[in-house]
Amino acid sequence: MKFLTTNFLKCPVKACDTSNDNFPLQFDGGKCQLVQDESIEFNPEFMLNIIDRVDWAALLKVAGELGSVTLPSKKPTFPCSVPELTEVGMAVLNDLHVMLLQTSITEGEMKCRNCGHIYYIKNGIPNLLLPPHLV
Amino acid sequence: MSRPEDLAPPEIFYNDSEANKYTGSTRVQHIQAKMTLRALELLNLQPCSFVLDVGCGSGLSGEILTQEGDHVWCGLDISPSMLATGLDRELEGDLMLQDMGTGVPFRAGSFDAAISISAIQWLCNADTSYNDPKQRMMRFFNTLYAALKKGGKFVAQFYPKNDIQVDDILQSAKVAGFSGGLVVDDPESKKNKKYYLVLSSGAPPLGEEQVNLDGVTMDEENIKQTRQLRQRLKNGKDKESAKTFILRKKELMKRRGRKVAKDSKFTGRKRRHRF
Repeated sequence: MKFLTTNFLKCPVKACDTSNDNFPLQFDGGKCQLVQDESIEFNPEFMLNIIDRVDWAALLKVAGELGSVTLPSKKPTFPCSVPELTEVGMAVLNDLHVMLLQTSITEGEMKCRNCGHIYYIKNGIPNLLLPPHLV
Repeated sequence: MSRPEDLAPPEIFYNDSEANKYTGSTRVQHIQAKMTLRALELLNLQPCSFVLDVGCGSGLSGEILTQEGDHVWCGLDISPSMLATGLDRELEGDLMLQDMGTGVPFRAGSFDAAISISAIQWLCNADTSYNDPKQRMMRFFNTLYAALKKGGKFVAQFYPKNDIQVDDILQSAKVAGFSGGLVVDDPESKKNKKYYLVLSSGAPPLGEEQVNLDGVTMDEENIKQTRQLRQRLKNGKDKESAKTFILRKKELMKRRGRKVAKDSKFTGRKRRHRF
């Protein structure tokens, strides 16, 4: 599962919908394995498209849990189209690309802060199936 | 042909051997690719979007999302075997083991669009005593509506068992707040007929394209006419002659893409007596 996905994934339990704690899920840094996949190409257009939607507070929270502290504390601002990007902006965007798209979690577990249900990640695939009593 | 939906729940039906057979078959690959391309055409997406693939299976449709327009995608599927097959195929998208009937687990406004190829008919089935298809469908469409951004689009190709299923799905989508409807490709052909559910959540933001409905005929009127004609014939009020019967059938077969002999002045005539 890509690091980017953690910024969108919430607890699928219906009872958690009304809570504010169902996002982001809490990652157990000690048990999580991260892998870099450098074959994914840098796509500045997509990065600009997605960066608006990224919840920076949640990103910092999850990054902290997974043991990464290289992020700035405030969301960097970018122009809305690729040709307007400065060289510095491009470099920052590339760093974000490495972090959000190339980094993925292959093994580990995540917990809902509201209901406490633990979801396991194996081979990079999180298991979000729910037991009958939570459906 | 029997429907897999009638045989077993999806996570059991798509076991290791079935998943391999499905993914390895060039015929299935060809059909899936064709349907994905058609769905993308209907979606009319800007390149480099963030797309959700519901019922992604082994990523046959996801691959095309990556190739055509550099979309980044997330896939949900309930069958572990299908996902395992997908792992071996080095996909660029994310895979997740999730039952769409329990809702789409993403926060509000995550995706530009969603796509689903041959999956949502499974929502109409009740596999366990505690599953209610109506509720599952509602939950799916409600959470999907929330997970799409404002003006987000959803195109789903599916295989309905009957008209009731089509109505149920359309109804739930409408209740969830989606606008849109059904596009039927090749409506005259029994074999190649394909149903696409085309939905959008509200008007698109400025500067973005709406769903692309080029080449789709809005044929409510047409369907009504044929229905009336059929009713009249059934009641026996208008007896159609042998010739008009033949011409009507030839026309139908032509529309279904069959090879049909040309009409001439001899069409529908009796042969002359030999003796």
